[in-house]
Amino acid sequence: MDTNGDVAVKVVPVRHVGRWFGVAGVALFVAMLIHTTLFKVASSTKTCVTTNGVKTCHGVLVWRFQWDIVGQYFTSSEVLHGLLITVELTVISMVIGIVLGMIVAVMRMSPNRVLAGVAWTYTWFFRGTPVLVQITFWAFIGALYPHISIGIPFTHIAFVHITNVNVTFTTLEAVIVGLGLNEGAYMSEIARAGLISVDEGQIEAATSLGMTRRQSLRLIVIPQAMRVIIPPTGNEVISMLKTSSLASTVAVLELFGAVSNISAQNFKIMPLLIVASIWYLIVTTVLSIGQFYLERYFARGALRSPPPTPIQRLKRDARGIASKFRTKRGVSGAGA
Amino acid sequence: MVEVRGVRKSYAGVEVLKSVDLTVNRSEVTCLIGPSGSGKSTLLRCVNHLEKHDAGELRVDGELVGYEARNGKLYELSDKRVCEKRSHIGMVFQRFNLFQHLTVLDNVTIGQTQVKNIAREKARAKARELLARVGLDAKEKHYPAQLSGGQQQRVAIARALAMEPKLMLFDEPTSALDPELVGEVLDVMKDLAKSGMTMIVVTHEMGFAREVADTVYFLDGGIIEEFGDPHKVLTAPSSERLKSFLSKVL
Repeated sequence: MDTNGDVAVKVVPVRHVGRWFGVAGVALFVAMLIHTTLFKVASSTKTCVTTNGVKTCHGVLVWRFQWDIVGQYFTSSEVLHGLLITVELTVISMVIGIVLGMIVAVMRMSPNRVLAGVAWTYTWFFRGTPVLVQITFWAFIGALYPHISIGIPFTHIAFVHITNVNVTFTTLEAVIVGLGLNEGAYMSEIARAGLISVDEGQIEAATSLGMTRRQSLRLIVIPQAMRVIIPPTGNEVISMLKTSSLASTVAVLELFGAVSNISAQNFKIMPLLIVASIWYLIVTTVLSIGQFYLERYFARGALRSPPPTPIQRLKRDARGIASKFRTKRGVSGAGA
Repeated sequence: MVEVRGVRKSYAGVEVLKSVDLTVNRSEVTCLIGPSGSGKSTLLRCVNHLEKHDAGELRVDGELVGYEARNGKLYELSDKRVCEKRSHIGMVFQRFNLFQHLTVLDNVTIGQTQVKNIAREKARAKARELLARVGLDAKEKHYPAQLSGGQQQRVAIARALAMEPKLMLFDEPTSALDPELVGEVLDVMKDLAKSGMTMIVVTHEMGFAREVADTVYFLDGGIIEEFGDPHKVLTAPSSERLKSFLSKVL
């Protein structure tokens, strides 16, 4: 506001003194953080120079965070191979988890007590035991079932017979099964939340058109439930990315396993942890971007106008600033 | 067209319909009026088996709703058969219930392509024709959330008509609308009545009932208190309950 009725007045905005102190404190802290991560410090290794017969010694300057070593291992073949396995574990386990979660959620909402009960028990069991225990269990399943045959139950008729489970069922597969089953339990609750969130009237309308329960689920309920399901699922994917590091406990060399293997040999623990962390952050960033666009797709119809993408927002801001400059130049004559 | 004989329905021990009889002839408009909780909506929902009735006989087009009589027994119909029968009965809801994630055109198309297996292009052509009929052909690319209540309800009517129903059920179609939007929906319904559609309308619009209905049924406490010609029922009610109800709504 810069006018009072027809009279132009000067408006003095409120000063937020406390806020400025806060900003100063935070800025100081950030500066210290940048300084300590990016600057070099004197190490215990000394170099000596003799000038005019006087010998002076001082420590060699090195990065506290040993960025040179980080750079050296960042794209090493062991690390990249580990990264690949991490991504593979995350993607496959999540796909299993999502499919299983959807099935269990639908079962849980079934009018049939047995189906609902089985679904509830599954969720109860797999959410109630540590994922580390589950992974270890599957990795050593061969101890319980040395032979597995698939055939007609309670008879000796078998179609597939696995004689040596320990060899045929690799630890990588065991980890995938463990992570996938565990994820299914969590995803089932997320999927159920999504299904419940769809208005009853949508199902009634679908039913009144003559759609079966299956059709209304597939065509009407699930597409609308996705809007609610995606944000927590994004959370789960990112969580899975990091939980997959538990695979290193059963000797699967994913990203974390690979860097701990290297640091066990050269004792450069910190820089190698940084290598792993940066890779985890990069993958998380890519996943977050994917989530944004997925959310935008499933929000269609739910909002009157979809939220702008970051690129659209940048363009709009640029246009806004440009138009501000234009009006400023034209303002002297027009008096807008 | 619709025959209801001694239909009963209770929810958790509370009897909502207490032996209701009702007859709707082909190409007739029947209005159900009554205070809220009187069982009007429940009766309507029993007609397309959205609710299962507990007792009595309900027939649409001569066929039992939800059951099949064979060898002196009643066999409950499979979900598939119930769905098939339901697809011949259109329903319009108080809160529109348009599919929020689909455009207006897709809302009117999906039933045709998925339930009646009509080819996409043919279904779209029919949808456009029906949208033009309710005056919304310009809005086909919009999502329901971008339309006014009256527009949404007209799309909902088009969506139901796309299935080429032999009977249309309206469950308080104008109760959730702003007063100035009620007219546009009632106009569409009047046109539909004129075209010879058989309709059962649960409504609080007494003007509409008087003008369009062939028969008006007044329900109260799960029983039909009074029914007959709208001019007689609405202007010279015989029961005390209907008199007091009309004095409140008119």
